[in-house]
Order: sequence, then structure tokens, then C-alpha cells
Amino acid sequence: MNDILQGLARAAKLVVTLNADLVEITLLSLQVSLGAAVIGSAIGLPLGAWLAINRFPARRMVIALLNALMGLPPVVVGLFVYVLFSRSGPLGVLGLLFTPTAMVIAQVIIITPIIASVAHQAIRELWADYHDLLISLETTHSQRIATLLWDGRRALMTASLAGFGRGIGEVGAIMIVGGNIDHATRVLTTAIALETGKGEFDMALALGFVLIGLAIAVNLTLHMLSRTERGSRW
Amino acid sequence: MVNPMMVLDKVELRRGGRVIVGPISLGLRDAGVTMAMGPNGAGKTTLLRALHGLERVSSGQIRWAESAEALRARQAFVFQTPILMRRSVLDSIAYPLRLKGVSRGEARERAAACAETVGLRVRLKKDASTLSGGEKQKMALARALITEPALLFLDEPSANLDGRSTREIEEILTHIRAGGTRIVMSTHDIGQARRLADEVVFLHDGRLVEQASSAAFFDAPQSNQAYAYLQGDIVI
Ligand SMILES: Nc1ncnc2c1ncn2[C@@H]1O[C@H](COP(=O)(O)OP(=O)(O)O)[C@@H](O)[C@H]1O
Ligand SMILES: [Mg+2]
Repeated sequence: MNDILQGLARAAKLVVTLNADLVEITLLSLQVSLGAAVIGSAIGLPLGAWLAINRFPARRMVIALLNALMGLPPVVVGLFVYVLFSRSGPLGVLGLLFTPTAMVIAQVIIITPIIASVAHQAIRELWADYHDLLISLETTHSQRIATLLWDGRRALMTASLAGFGRGIGEVGAIMIVGGNIDHATRVLTTAIALETGKGEFDMALALGFVLIGLAIAVNLTLHMLSRTERGSRW
Repeated sequence: MVNPMMVLDKVELRRGGRVIVGPISLGLRDAGVTMAMGPNGAGKTTLLRALHGLERVSSGQIRWAESAEALRARQAFVFQTPILMRRSVLDSIAYPLRLKGVSRGEARERAAACAETVGLRVRLKKDASTLSGGEKQKMALARALITEPALLFLDEPSANLDGRSTREIEEILTHIRAGGTRIVMSTHDIGQARRLADEVVFLHDGRLVEQASSAAFFDAPQSNQAYAYLQGDIVI
């Protein structure tokens, strides 16, 4: 019990004094997961919207695939990216393994289906609400998409944040493709795993606090967005 | 001078293996107010939507008169349940103008004027979803009127309105009718039909039971169903 309290106190000190290692690790975490969220949104949001509006034969298949991809275990994604970028792999020449870029790629694969799926759901609802009006006003295809993306922007932000939240707490994939290299690819989650293993509980706890803080910040934002979302609907 | 606007030739709409409207054959002329009447489920909404082109016709044909091209090109529809956009009241009303490439500033100016015309006296910056039932209906009417349609469809436009708002909307409709706008609407309010209609299309069970001038219809309905309906009986 005393250990934990001491750990907590030292962790608080690390956070308050902005310990250099802690800051570096946190910044890399943000960089990787924000990067992945931006790229994942650039792919996932239009894909989700497109799936919501268009009817085509393989639509159900694509949606089922998307849902299946959402449940991909990160470790498996990590392994897949590892094999792809390993020295003898098909993309080995790029030399990306054990770099933040490889970590971003792995996270993009993990979070894009989530972003696309949430966006699809939201835009489909909006499309159902707007359908008659947009048809009656003889909107063009691009006017429809523009209207739905604009009026659904809060829900789309929610989708992006959900992707970011998933990425920032993810450990399996980035551990494999990043390698948790000090001052190079170490992020919050992998560092926590390491410090815990070493018995350095104060650092692990400090990292944990930051991660929890980030998670709470993301969730609060999500909550506020979904409340304004609902508030604007009723 | 009254010309034909459109002709329906054995129009039938089937949904889920069931005929919900039709077969209906009728002609509509290019002026005045046509009122679709009939009990709930008679097919008023479906018929209006089909005329506007929102519903797929299963068999038969809807033919537009060549002389009615102007009407066909400039239609608007006010739905029974107002469709709310996730926008401010002002931007909701301005939306059809924005689609036509009108600048935001001008569209908003005209939207504010249009809100005034329909008697929508609320803070226009507020979210459309915060309007009351009657205000939503007026917002939808303003959104339909802002493009100055030549042919206006309204599906039970005063179903959720109090007496005063109903009067206001009827005044607006009378006014735009006088300005030459062709109106095709439905109502279950017999008084409203008497006040506004030039012609009545009485539906029952998806079929056209009677089409007559307003005067003839209300003086001496030809069908038992219409007679009973006007008496306030439940039509079986
Ligand atoms: N998409 C649909 N699928 C199946 N039945 C429908 C559909 N739309 C309307 N109906 C049915 O068609 C009939 C006519 O409906 P409607 O046109 O809404 O009548 P009204 O507006 O006169 O009350 C009703 O029995 C309704 O249940
Ligand atoms: Mg109806």
C-alpha cells in the first residue's frame, strides 16, 4: 500500500515537473495516434458517407467486411505490417520497420474501419432524415454529399475521435512494428508495459495518469459533441 | 385560360405486394387549388408524392402537358411532417437558394424576408429543431416558397397547427394562389377544404371516388363515401 502511495506521489511529481522522458513519450504518442486519426479520417469519413448514400450490389459485403475489420486484433495487424515491412518483406526496402511511420500505418489499418463504420451509421441516419427533401429539391449527387457531410460534421468528428481514442490506447500493434525503442518509437502504452516489467512503478503510473487523462479528455469531448448532436436534433 | 397540367392514366402504386393507390385516372388543370380529401389511409399522401415524382409508379402513366413545362420545372413540396435540417432556422429556409448558387448573404436576406411573409416570428439564428410544431410547419412552408414555385404541393399543411396559425397559412396560400401559383394539397379539415379548394379529388381506399368542382362537391357529393365523410360519419 505504501509502495503505491509513494509511487503515486512520485508519479504526480513527474507529471507536474514535466519530466523530459515523460513529455517526449507523450508527444510521440500524440503524434502517432493523431497522425493515424487524420489519415484514417481522410479515408474512413468519405468511405462511410459514400457507403451510406450509394446502392450497389456489393454494398452489404463491403459493410460486413468493414464490421469484421473493426474487430481485427491489433496484434495481428502489427504482425501483418511487420511481415510487410521486414527486411525480407515486400516493402522491406522502404526501411520503415521500427519507425513512427510504421506505427502510424499499423494504427491507420486498425482505426480506419472504426471511423468508416461510425461515419456510415451517422450519415445513413441523416440521409434517411433528409432523403425526401433532397430528392424533392432535385439536388445533384455532389450537393447531397456536401450537405450530408456538412450537416453531419459533429457526428463525423465523433467518428474521428473514436478512432483516435482507439489508437492512443492501443499497444499490441505498435509494440510489434515500433519495437518500443527508447527516444525513437517509445509511446505511452508501450512504455507502461516496459516500466511495469522493470518494476519502475512511479514512471509507469505517471505514464498511466497521462494516458488516462488523454482518454478522459477524448471521452469528454465525445460526450459533449454527442450531446450537442442530440441537442440539435431534438 | 385554363389548360391541362397533367393526366393520370390508370396509375397504380403497389408496395409489398399490395395495391396502396389506384388504379387512378384523372386530369388536373394548370390553375387553382386542387384538394385531395379522404379518410386516413385513403392514399392522399401517396398520390401527392407520386405527382411530385417522389414515388415510383408501379403501372399506368403520369403524363405532363407540354404547356405545363413551366409548372413541372418549378415545383416544391411541403411534407406533412416537416423535414428538419441540422441548421439554423435562417439557413434551413435559405438552403434551396444556396443549392441554386445564390450567395450566402443574399440567400439569408431573402430567407429572413420569407420567414416574415409566412409569419414565422422567432429568432432566426436558433436551431431549427428548437421550433414548436407550428413554427416548424411555417419554416417548411417558407423553405418551399423561397424559390417561388409555380406548382406547390402541401400535404396536410395545418395538421399540427392551432386556429390562428392555420388561418395565417390559409391566407398565404390564398395570396400565392392569386399570384398564379398552382396548388395541389391534401387536408382532413373539411372547413379548410371549403375555404381553399377550387376542385376536390376525393379518395377512399386508394381509389378515386369523386373528382368535382368545390361548389359541386360540397353542395351535392355524388358518392356515398364522400357524403358520409362530409357528414362526419366514419367511412367504412
Ligand atoms: N411505403 C409503403 N409501403 C406499404 N404501404 C404503404 C406505404 N406507404 C403508404 N402505405 C399505405 O398506403 C395507404 C395510403 O397511405 P397514405 O397515402 O399515407 O394515406 P393518407 O395520406 O390518405 O392518410 C395506407 O394504407 C398506408 O399504410
Ligand atoms: Mg397522409
